[in-house]
Amino acid sequence: MMIEKSTLWFVIIALGIGSFALRFVFTGLVGDREMPAWLLRHLRYTAVAILPALVAPQVLWPAATNGQTDPARLAAAVVALAVGVITKNVLLAIVSGAATLYALLWLLG
Amino acid sequence: MAITTTKSAFRKGLADAAPFVLVIIPFSSLFGILATEAGLSVFETLAFSVVVIAGAAQFTALQLMQEHAPTAIVLASALAVNLRMAMYSASLTPYIGAAPLWQRALAAYLTVDQSYVCSMAQYEKEPDMTIPQRMAYFFGCVTPIVPLWYLFTLIGALLGAQIPESWALDFALPITFLAMIAPMFRTSAHVVAALVASVAGLLTAGVPYSLGLILAGLAGMVAGAQTEVWMTRRAERVTL
Repeated sequence: MMIEKSTLWFVIIALGIGSFALRFVFTGLVGDREMPAWLLRHLRYTAVAILPALVAPQVLWPAATNGQTDPARLAAAVVALAVGVITKNVLLAIVSGAATLYALLWLLG
Repeated sequence: MAITTTKSAFRKGLADAAPFVLVIIPFSSLFGILATEAGLSVFETLAFSVVVIAGAAQFTALQLMQEHAPTAIVLASALAVNLRMAMYSASLTPYIGAAPLWQRALAAYLTVDQSYVCSMAQYEKEPDMTIPQRMAYFFGCVTPIVPLWYLFTLIGALLGAQIPESWALDFALPITFLAMIAPMFRTSAHVVAALVASVAGLLTAGVPYSLGLILAGLAGMVAGAQTEVWMTRRAERVTL
């Protein structure tokens, strides 16, 4: 399915402005004023919450297999996460996950 | 080696950030490949990287646009992934907040994980650096990183159109996300946030307009923050 061109450009520009705003908000505008502790405490966990929430359904119900759980993709996900946790090396985790995926897709035909 | 001039500050930044080139090249190539696989033109793909320069947010937006999620959800999710940039901005402020506005604006555009990590380490190690030296160091850090981010997005985009479907690239994004999550597990609060968000993401997968992602993300954030409060209290009780 194609992404609509008008939507795409809107997303690129809005995301560019939004990302710049996030990066500029303190250095440029807020200065040295303190932020409330409860807010900082929640902000600390945004990335570590949003990414797993995004990825979990894709791992269990991949679009490529029409939502059927796929042993090769599931194993690749487990390996990528495990290697990442053990080594803290993002690239090594990606390579291990991809290697697992291709090995199993080939073995399981 | 201590920094004595703005020129040596720039050179030190350049040298300190050089190893990150090994991360930037594969990541930007992967974005270029996946974006063109998703139907973006080479120009659109390159524009995406130049305008946004934030890997995780770009991958998130790309994934959700492919799923035809509503635009508001695409933006909210990608910006949520990018919220850490606001934290970076906050912690850089005491060091470079006194620089001229145009330099701060340029530094804001160039604030990425690598330039932030390098600069903070340097500013803490050598607190006597002048403001121009700090800015020179910062711009030194981004010099090997950002141009390569553009260049390898372009190269990935040019390659992407030629990769056959049998390569199962549909799963490159989930694998990349999982690999990026793992190093974020700094405390058990981070692990709890990720676990709660995953379970909530599965439970809310049927919620319309991809709103489930926002709900699951919020659930994870609250869980992480609460775990942190609980752990701090327990630590205080133990020391008493």
